[in-house]
Amino acid sequence: MSLATRIIPCLDVANGRVVKGIKFIDLKDAGDPVEMAAIYASEGADEITFLDITASAEGRGTTLDVLRRTAEQVFIPLTVGGGISSAEDVNQLLRAGADKISINTAAIRNPELISEIVDRFGTQVLVLSVDARRARTKSGFEVTTHGGRESAGLDALDWIESATSRGVGEILLNSMDRDGTRSGYDLEMIRRVRDICDTPLIASGGAGDIKDFARALADGADALLAASVFHFGIYRISQIKDALKGAGYVVRESSKLGKN
Amino acid sequence: MKERNAISILDYGSGNIRSAQRALERVGLEVEVTSDFERAWESSGLVVPGVGAFGSCMNQLRAVRGDEVIRARFKSDRPILGICVGMQVLFAGSEESNEEGLAILPNKVNKLAAPILPHIGWNEVTEIAQLRILKGINAERFYFVHSYAAREVTGDAKSAISNYGEDFIAAVELGPISAVQFHPEKSGDVGLQLLKNWAEVL
Repeated sequence: MSLATRIIPCLDVANGRVVKGIKFIDLKDAGDPVEMAAIYASEGADEITFLDITASAEGRGTTLDVLRRTAEQVFIPLTVGGGISSAEDVNQLLRAGADKISINTAAIRNPELISEIVDRFGTQVLVLSVDARRARTKSGFEVTTHGGRESAGLDALDWIESATSRGVGEILLNSMDRDGTRSGYDLEMIRRVRDICDTPLIASGGAGDIKDFARALADGADALLAASVFHFGIYRISQIKDALKGAGYVVRESSKLGKN
Repeated sequence: MKERNAISILDYGSGNIRSAQRALERVGLEVEVTSDFERAWESSGLVVPGVGAFGSCMNQLRAVRGDEVIRARFKSDRPILGICVGMQVLFAGSEESNEEGLAILPNKVNKLAAPILPHIGWNEVTEIAQLRILKGINAERFYFVHSYAAREVTGDAKSAISNYGEDFIAAVELGPISAVQFHPEKSGDVGLQLLKNWAEVL
């Protein structure tokens, strides 16, 4: 009896449509995030993350609508990240059906926002998203913004220590060096972050080989987020869970109810 | 007013009530979200949600006389479902706060003895005694998000446990009260089955 490792597919959504390339079996409309979330949930996703890459206010409204429609039929935790810059943004997303929100740039710009969100909604809603890459900083890892294009001028480990001291529910650690490469998670980065923090750690960026998932867990990750391996149909969630089970990790298997 | 065949979710400013509402509607219940004492009293079932800190939940609960309505319903054998901190407030108190709890359950809530907190994710729930809400649900996983939990519940209450760093009380039933530390509204089909079971006791 113990906690299962979470597998979290991530969908990039812009103006209410999924925008990353997607090859998915049985999908009627490859661009509909609501349908995709429902399929992932039925395939055993333990949570769903939406990354809202919408730039306009109208698009934002569409994202809220996506969230509302998803929450009506998908009864597992939903996280939304991207462009959240105030406690009011958080409030809107939670009201639309998000369970958690992830923040990145806004927290770097104004760390007080972390405290504000946590005081108002509790630590459990806040996922600190850290886009990190290798660099000549104290720890050898730095924080970036704008999808890895700009340096935030912060050492990644220093930033994680200071942000978690304000109380965040989870850390989503994205390797910008590995993102989209399918060359494996940055295991050293996972180990270094695990050493300094006792907050649940979600590994992201680089998953490609089926063995990558167990490796990240062995080096200290608590949960595993991936996008392209699912969207391109390289692995199904059940295959990853089978591989993890084979490596001795606990996963949530499909419910034995199912027959009613 | 006559008893309505509908349930209420007590709205006292704590957390994401919508997902609970949607899940309860999904299992066929008519759901009203209310902070009104009378309506919370007369509904056939009352859901007490709760996220965040124990102390602020207790204060917000008292502000809408939620403590009174829970006690009154308990005495009159009227069904209540507590979720997460909505379960914790039924205990005598919590290590998290100096605020007193409702003490319907005599024990206290403690910080989990685990190296990584909060406890987030899907964990197994094992019955100690048979619970109405867990009827037909065996060795399934539910979604948890919390750092505090009761280690034991003494007296007549029936309970189910889970383990994260240590064994803790994952679900409890006493008289008209059913309460769960996890989030049935976020626990997929298994969670919906639990809510359906609760609907059947109303």
